Amino acid sequence: MSGIEAYFTIDWPGFSLDVNLSLPGRGVTALFGHSGSGKTTLLRCIAGLERAPRGRLAVAGDIWQDSHCWLPSHRRPIGYVFQEASLFAHLSVMANLAYGVKRVTGAPRVSLDQAIELLGIDHLLDRKPERLSGGERQRVSIARALAVSPRLLLMDEPLAALDMKRKQEILPYLERLHDELEIPVLYVSHSPDEVARLADHLVVMANGKIVAAGALAETLARLDLPIRLGEDAGAVIDATVAAIDREWHLARVDFSGGALWIRDQGLALGSRARVRILARDVSLAEEPGISSIQNVLRGRVDALGDDGHPGLVLVRVKVGAEILLARLTKRAVAALDIAPGRELWVQVKSVALLE
Amino acid sequence: MLTESDLEALWLTVRLAGIVTLILLVVGTPIAWWLARTQTWWKGPISAVVALPLVLPPSVLGFYLLVAMGPEGAVGQVTEMLGIGLLPFTFWGLVVASVFYSLPFMVQPLQTAFEAVGERPLEVAATLRASPLDAFFTVAVPLAAPGFVTASILTFAHTVGEFGVVLMIGGNIPGVTRVASVQIYDHVEALEYLDAHRLAAVMLIFSFVVLLAVYAWRPNSKKGG
Repeated sequence: MSGIEAYFTIDWPGFSLDVNLSLPGRGVTALFGHSGSGKTTLLRCIAGLERAPRGRLAVAGDIWQDSHCWLPSHRRPIGYVFQEASLFAHLSVMANLAYGVKRVTGAPRVSLDQAIELLGIDHLLDRKPERLSGGERQRVSIARALAVSPRLLLMDEPLAALDMKRKQEILPYLERLHDELEIPVLYVSHSPDEVARLADHLVVMANGKIVAAGALAETLARLDLPIRLGEDAGAVIDATVAAIDREWHLARVDFSGGALWIRDQGLALGSRARVRILARDVSLAEEPGISSIQNVLRGRVDALGDDGHPGLVLVRVKVGAEILLARLTKRAVAALDIAPGRELWVQVKSVALLE
Repeated sequence: MLTESDLEALWLTVRLAGIVTLILLVVGTPIAWWLARTQTWWKGPISAVVALPLVLPPSVLGFYLLVAMGPEGAVGQVTEMLGIGLLPFTFWGLVVASVFYSLPFMVQPLQTAFEAVGERPLEVAATLRASPLDAFFTVAVPLAAPGFVTASILTFAHTVGEFGVVLMIGGNIPGVTRVASVQIYDHVEALEYLDAHRLAAVMLIFSFVVLLAVYAWRPNSKKGG
């Protein structure tokens, strides 16, 4: 058993947490929800920074908390990245990194050098934290958490305190973590973009409870979620770069439902590409017709759901093995007689490349 | 120049203040740590007790300590039972009294410093495998270092400046309990104004230098963040 089994109940004045979760022991799991939804508290309970009065936590078969025992944070094999970098101000970057390494027992699975290299901070080692930019600080704090060779990496909105530019600076490093290390990550976020870009699994929380949990694409495509990833519902598809069109500066990515042309952003042939298609950018047609929309796929209507406004409908369309969401007006649904089982052309106006 | 008994009084003062500062570093640190982090309702009463010497007339504090350490007092009976004898009118009696008298000057700056450090660095240390004690010494104490310096200087200086408690507990025994402030009092009583002037000037300059050190240090403490 390699996963994480977590059960916690907390009943504080004005806040309660009641979760019972089974999480995969690999990949990035995003804990997504508004502030106050309990996602940070859940993460802190897993880290042992908060103690739920009643709870059970098993990670890869080891009990960290049950009715008999409660392992304090410093004895849990975790790495934790806080929202603010929280570097030790009295220590240099190198001493910050070494602080945890010195205290770890057992053979390291991530070496200090590897952590420094992964986060690209080797030129900062002699500096004091006060002389780093916000983005550099957060990279050091991520490296510091990695250097203790955690069996579980917990990240509490590591990008939330940074501006857009710094976020863009750090995201590629987070993707490298994801691709190059075998460490399962729990990633708390309220940013739809980060979740869509980084997560393999998604846990949606609201009011201290789990609203939905599952693989990212499946969970995003659910029609009954009270919380969507931001204002816009949408689907995420993992595809492969199959062709590059130098003349038109386009790249073709293939997935089980067909091919999509996207802007060429220097992707390597054969590499993995994650794309996001928002429901508002998808329309359905009986005939493909002549249109400026270049990405047209064949799909079958799977289900219809409400979309928060009485005039709108969210339509789930199965394209190959993937699911796309389309936001249509009720009138359009009636006019085209859209119902589950109906085969239609799916026109995709815009595809965003996520990685 | 200063007389021999002046120098003796000064040396006694410095020894007393040094020992009291060291004792209070050991005693005051855990109290300040606890006050900075506790959330129980006990925090209020304990804070008030710690701050009492700030507002009590030294003679009141001295009087209670004298009674407690006397032959009928609880402390006195314990010290006699232990074979130490009675503490009033001894150097160590003065030390004990000064520890109480200067307690807030150690605890309050330390408490402020620990509160400024906050919970986060300790949580970080815990996630980096540091036990609470380890984190205290390797994270909390270094981050609160400016507070330790301020607290030690203030405690030392305040102990140097005490008078009322010394008279109540220590009396006026040359070389044992006659500290500088009492020596000045003696000079004035004896109308030796010139001697009083000299010693008073030493105290004045000392106090100024100490306060200058404290305030010159303060801006530094802000940089850490």
